[in-house]
Amino acid sequence: MHHPISRRRFLLSSSKGVVAAAIPIFMAKNMEKAFAMPIGKEMQLKDYLEHFGVNEASIREVMGIALSRGGDYCDLYFEHAISSAIGLEDKAVNRAYSTVDFGVGIRVLKGDQTGYSFTEEITPKAMKLAAKTAANIASAGKSAPPVGLKQHNTPSYYPIETPWEQVSIDRKIPYLQKINDKVFAQDPRVIKSRMWFTDETTYIMVATSDGKIVCDYQPMTQIAVTCTAEQNGKREQNYFDLSGRRGIEFFTPENVDRLAKEAVRRTVSLFDAVKPEAGEMEVVLAAGSSGILLHEAIGHGMEADFNRKEISIFSDKMNKPVAEKFVTIVDDGTNPNIRGSINVDDEGNDTERTYLVENGILRSYLHDHISARHYKVKPTGNGRRQSFRFSPQPRMRNTYMLPGPHKKEQIIASVKDGLYAESFSNGQVLIGAGDFTFYVKSGYLIENGQLTKPVKDVNIIGNGPEVLKNIVMVADDLAMAEGGWTCGKNGQGVPVSQGLPTVKVSKITVGGVKS
Amino acid sequence: MNRKERIEFAKWAMDRTLKCGANQAAVVISYGRDIEIEYRDKRLEKLQESTSSSMSLQVYAQNRYSAHSTNDLRKEAVEKFIENAVAMTKYLTEDPHRSLADPKYYPTGPKTDLKIRDAAYEKVESAERVKIAAAIEAAALAQSNQIISVTSGYNDSHYETVRVHSNGFTGESEGTVFSAGAEVTVKDGESGRPEDWYYASTRFYNDLPSPEILGKNAAERALRKIGQDKIESGIFDMIVENRASSRLFGILQGPMTASALQQKNSFLEGMLGKQIASEKLTVIDDPFVEAGMGSRLFDSEGIAAKRRVIIDKGVLQQYYVDNYYGKKLGMEPNGGSTTNVLFEYGTQSLEDMIKSLPKGILVNGFVGGNSNSTTGDFSFGITGLLIEDGRLVKPINEMNISGNALELWKNLVTVGNDPYPYSSWRIPSLQFSGVNFSGI
Repeated sequence: MHHPISRRRFLLSSSKGVVAAAIPIFMAKNMEKAFAMPIGKEMQLKDYLEHFGVNEASIREVMGIALSRGGDYCDLYFEHAISSAIGLEDKAVNRAYSTVDFGVGIRVLKGDQTGYSFTEEITPKAMKLAAKTAANIASAGKSAPPVGLKQHNTPSYYPIETPWEQVSIDRKIPYLQKINDKVFAQDPRVIKSRMWFTDETTYIMVATSDGKIVCDYQPMTQIAVTCTAEQNGKREQNYFDLSGRRGIEFFTPENVDRLAKEAVRRTVSLFDAVKPEAGEMEVVLAAGSSGILLHEAIGHGMEADFNRKEISIFSDKMNKPVAEKFVTIVDDGTNPNIRGSINVDDEGNDTERTYLVENGILRSYLHDHISARHYKVKPTGNGRRQSFRFSPQPRMRNTYMLPGPHKKEQIIASVKDGLYAESFSNGQVLIGAGDFTFYVKSGYLIENGQLTKPVKDVNIIGNGPEVLKNIVMVADDLAMAEGGWTCGKNGQGVPVSQGLPTVKVSKITVGGVKS
Repeated sequence: MNRKERIEFAKWAMDRTLKCGANQAAVVISYGRDIEIEYRDKRLEKLQESTSSSMSLQVYAQNRYSAHSTNDLRKEAVEKFIENAVAMTKYLTEDPHRSLADPKYYPTGPKTDLKIRDAAYEKVESAERVKIAAAIEAAALAQSNQIISVTSGYNDSHYETVRVHSNGFTGESEGTVFSAGAEVTVKDGESGRPEDWYYASTRFYNDLPSPEILGKNAAERALRKIGQDKIESGIFDMIVENRASSRLFGILQGPMTASALQQKNSFLEGMLGKQIASEKLTVIDDPFVEAGMGSRLFDSEGIAAKRRVIIDKGVLQQYYVDNYYGKKLGMEPNGGSTTNVLFEYGTQSLEDMIKSLPKGILVNGFVGGNSNSTTGDFSFGITGLLIEDGRLVKPINEMNISGNALELWKNLVTVGNDPYPYSSWRIPSLQFSGVNFSGI
């Protein structure tokens, strides 16, 4: 079903079924042979051109067809994504998955209008046919293709030691076995544990009709551990994961240990959990993945496509105060090895740190090519897409709040009766009304300035602009989320991350029960 | 590739897999064509047209299992891909429960025509698609001058799939899907811009509602949200409109799967034959509904589809058991996922239910939230309308409902007569008593 609004949700790729979402994968011993010799970051533009079987002349010929009906801009997005996963269930690594996805997407613009097609066969004939299809968005005139393509160099925000193509399956298997042993050794109440180790390597090359060609190598990995425990006939389940644009060196003995310990701790702590009272209360958000608040409360609403259409609750608030002076919120593509970082966006634009809110004032939307042209501003590097099958849209990268003037202890001590929210599974927002939610998997009650009973499974719902105004304290302990977050919008998922210092919201509705 | 070539290709890939050392293999070749249109401000906003093909492969080698997919269908690339797939499988731990389904479960006898493919698909022309989207937009805009934005859309798709198993199964499926509708945003006071949508999806082009109805419904839904606000927390009777009610059935259905049971993540473990919901609830899984969005002759493991009663007057009759977890649990496989979910429908319409409720909340949409399949606990954000003396008195939003799945479904008091027609889950409007709402 095509439900753009209901699909504008934020979900954790590993929360269920993992692999259905993260898609298959593997890597046999000799897989690297499938590639031309250089791999990973060593690949140069000429290697990408060779890899995709094209050259400057053939790209320009396709662009000529794309622009033959009067389109004023076009781009070609070449992609080769290879992903692999191994899974452990019932104490054995007994399943593996792999996926190869290969193709080129051709987009033609006429003002704000988009024509799009893709082909999985990168042959001159198939590309020309796709270009002809995409060209149909326009119906009069003819534009010229670029006279030449100039390579645009990118920074390197995600260096890794070993490309995933060089990591064979037998090197990955022991990681899950070790985590499994530690999970069961940790607590006798654990009865089941399931885990996944996924990696993905994506090679992209973008060529634009304004004469730019750019390529990028994008690694990604995740280990996710779910755990079920039983106590006095009662069962609980929870999970923990680590993800990033990293190589296998990320899974140090310390991180392997944390994956096991955190998954178990988060599960067994639920046995004592209670439901909070229903209604509005003070909520303290723990530093880290609580940045989901920003993603939902403001991030989506600042995506420029919604504002161009005037359907965002933030559409009329630019350069106005929206929060206390100590609140600064950014969306950043440059954080080293973080899941939402990109060296270049999927339209070939440079990425950056974009200030959504600076010292309490609303400052910038998140732009893709179309919206930047519409607003006559420089693109912010937020044009992203799930794959060559989709046209790009303004999307978040890593969304977080900069540190503030308060201390964590001071913030918790200031709450008489409230909720401390620690781990989250998913969220969603209605762009125009501003209603947003996030689901608290675990946290604590705060009573008289102290963390007391654990809390589980409560949804929090608020209104974006209202909640921004109600951020009354911000600590100095910014932490980034470590897990594998995936943002969904109009049916496209992209990897993102978020972060937050400890923050106090003076009033927000918590889904509890009436006592 | 045409149909015959796809079957030949699948068989070739299956043979390659066996030659590389697998004992068993399953290959699926899928083809799909999609056309999508977005319309806004009286012109095309987006036009997308594409065709895709892919192969997926399941490898069973010496009790070891792996699964793979690729869209690079050049023969030499597929050969290499298969070689790698089988080679890596050897590193895995043996799993005695891994094998293709027993051929006794495969379909036999004549094929039923499910009527899920519309021959008119090929005849739909570009200009017609644009005309529909334009008419939807016009109908929406005509409803009010408070409308800020309408994005209407139309899309159609056609898919064909062939599946071959090395122990004697060959199956094909083919279908079409058409959908159309709109998203509408309206002005509400100083800065509120509530939005809503109305989309329909059908197997046959002629079953789509008229553009006028689609546009009008989308606009009316958004307009009805003007002035929305949260109210005092409390325990209310709740009516859930048909298009939203699948969310609540989902919290029961997920835990009915063999995988959840075997992994001890299901609050429905040990509940076969027991009362898990009110007597008003009878649920049937019917794969043979004509033109059904979930209709099929066999499932993703080749197992023949059957009509089954899942819940009878509140008593759980069957789980959803797939081949692998069925073997692990020692249970007969019967289809690991839902097909068309039908209820035993009641006699009351949504309007009847509202009229007879002195005080309560009509929930017409869920916003985020989640549920815990191990315990049944849930908490969801909602949008809706307050009901007083049988009338809708004001729109509400920014509230949550919370509770436990078993308690909620035991408090089901009325099942409506209005199955949602645009989804494989044909769930009607439902009324529950005593639900916890949190607001102010």
